[in-house]
Amino acid sequence: MSTLTLTGRKVVGGKAAGEAMVTSQTISGWGGINESTGTVIELQHELRDQSFAGKILVFPGAKGSSGWSAYFHMTRINGVAPAAMIFTRMTTKIALGAVVTRVPAMTDCDQDPLTVIETGDWVEIDADAGTITVTKRKG
Amino acid sequence: MYLTDYEKSLLNGDQGPAKARAMDLLQRYGEALGAERLVETANVAGAFNASTPSIAPIAAKGFHRVYSELNLDSDDTVDIPHMAVPTCQLITGIDNDNWKLQGVDPELARMQRESEKFLGKRGVNLMATCTPYQVGNVPVLGEHCAWMESSAVIYCNSVLGARTNVEGKESTGAAALTGRIPYWGYHLPENRFGSHLIELDIEVDDMADWGVLGYFIGGEVEENIPVLNGISHQPNLVKLKHFGAAAASSGGVEMYHIPGVTPEARSVAEAFGPKRAVRTIRYGARERLATYERLQNATDRKVDFIMLGCPHASIEQMALIAHMLEGKRIHADVALWVHTPRAIRQIAERSGYCEIIEAAGGVVMSDTCPAISRRMPPGVRVIATDSAKQAHYLPAITKVQGWFGTVSDCINAAVTGEWQGVAG
Repeated sequence: MSTLTLTGRKVVGGKAAGEAMVTSQTISGWGGINESTGTVIELQHELRDQSFAGKILVFPGAKGSSGWSAYFHMTRINGVAPAAMIFTRMTTKIALGAVVTRVPAMTDCDQDPLTVIETGDWVEIDADAGTITVTKRKG
Repeated sequence: MYLTDYEKSLLNGDQGPAKARAMDLLQRYGEALGAERLVETANVAGAFNASTPSIAPIAAKGFHRVYSELNLDSDDTVDIPHMAVPTCQLITGIDNDNWKLQGVDPELARMQRESEKFLGKRGVNLMATCTPYQVGNVPVLGEHCAWMESSAVIYCNSVLGARTNVEGKESTGAAALTGRIPYWGYHLPENRFGSHLIELDIEVDDMADWGVLGYFIGGEVEENIPVLNGISHQPNLVKLKHFGAAAASSGGVEMYHIPGVTPEARSVAEAFGPKRAVRTIRYGARERLATYERLQNATDRKVDFIMLGCPHASIEQMALIAHMLEGKRIHADVALWVHTPRAIRQIAERSGYCEIIEAAGGVVMSDTCPAISRRMPPGVRVIATDSAKQAHYLPAITKVQGWFGTVSDCINAAVTGEWQGVAG
C-alpha cells in the first residue's frame, strides 16, 4: 500500500486517525447538516445522507449561515463529530467551527488535499506537527 | 497571537472565570484564523437565548450552563456576569405572543421567556430580529462590530461601512463579555476592496428585482466582493436589505460596493482601491430570467402559505402590505404571515396596519421566521414568498415547494389561492 505525507498549518492541535470522507463541495452547518446524526442533509450535496461521524472530513470549507459553528458544536455534544477536519479555504465560520468541535484541524497544505486524498483512504493527522499521513485504500 | 496586558489579565481570571473562558475561546479562535491580535469592539449582535428543543436539555441545567456551553464553549459552568459592551439578541425561534399559532409547546415558550429574563438582566438588548439596524443598532462608518446573521453582516459592512466578519454563537458570546474579537478579515481595511465588477445592462428597481440581482451575484462571486456599476435607480434600505440577504444566501457574500451609494466607494476606482477586478460579469435580461427561474422551486400553483418579511419587514413594507390587503379577504385555504421586528410592529399597530392585515385574515409575527423556527401552519405544501433568501432556504429545510415573486404576486396568491407570478 502506498502512503504519502502532506504538511500544512495547524488550525486546532491534536492527533487523530480514521477513514477519509472527501468532498469537493463546501458544507453548510445550519440548514446543511443534522446535528443529531452527523449527516449531511443539503438537498443537492454529493454527501447527502452520509454521516461524517468519526471520519476525517476533507472539504473546501464552510458556507451558509452564521450558525455553522453552533451546529458542529452540537455534533460534538451529541457524539457525532468528525474525527478531524482538513480544509482549503479559511473563513471565520470554519475556524470557529473547528475550534468548538475540538478536533484536530489543518489547512494551507503543500498539496491539494481534495485531490490527493480520496474517500476511504486511511488518514493520520498530527496537527501540532503539521503533518498528514495518507495510506491509500487502492494500490 | 499577541495579547495586551489587559487581555492577559482577563485570560488569567483577574475578572472572574467567565471572562477567562471568553478570552480562552478568543485566543483559540484567533490562532485558528491566524490573526495577529484582537480588536476592541463595543457592538455585539449574537444568538443567546434558549428557544429550540435541542437546547432544552442544557437549559434544564440552568441558563449559566447554556451560556457557558453554547456561547463560551466552556466545559465548566461559569457564572455569567453583565455584558462588558452593548450587545443585542438577533432573531430567535419563538414569537413570544404568537407561539401557539407557531405550534410551540408551552414549556418551550416559557423557556425562551425565562432565558430572556436572564439575558436582559445581564445587558443583552432583546431586539429579537435579523435586522438590528432597523431598530436602533446602526453602527457608524469604521466601527468594529462582532455580528452574526449573514444578512445583517452584509448590510453592516456594505451599507453602513462598519466592520464585521460573520461571527458565530461562541465568538459573539466571548466578545460580549470582553469587548474583543479577532482582528482578521473584514476588520482590516486592505481586505475591503472590490474583487469582481458587475456591469448592469438592465434596469433594477423594485424590491424583487434587487433580490434577483443579489441571488445572481452571490452565485457568480461566491464569497468575494462585487462592485456594481451602472445602477439605473437609487436603492433604499428595503431594497439593499433584500439584495444583501439574497447575495449572502446564494454565495456567502459579506461585503459589496455600489459606487455613489455605499460609503466606502464614491467611484468604481475607489471601490477597487489598489486592486483590479479579477473578473467582469454582465447582468442582462437573460441572466435575470435564468435567476428568477432558479428561485422557483415549485410546480403546483395552488399555494397554502404566504411568507412575507424576510429579512424582517420595515415599516414602509408593513404599510404597503396593509394597503394591498385593505378590504380584501385571504383565501380560506391560505395562511399569510408577515414578519417584522417587535419595535416596528408597535408602530404598525399604532398606524392601524396590523388591524388591516389581521382583518384580511393575515398574521403579523415578530421575533422569528419560518426558516429559523422551522415552524409553519400545519399541512403546508406550497409556499410563496417575496424573499429570495426564504425561497432559497425554506424548500431545502422544510421540504415544501416554493414560489418567489413580487409582494404584489404574493398578495394576489394569498387572495386567490393560486400562484400567478411571472418573470415580468
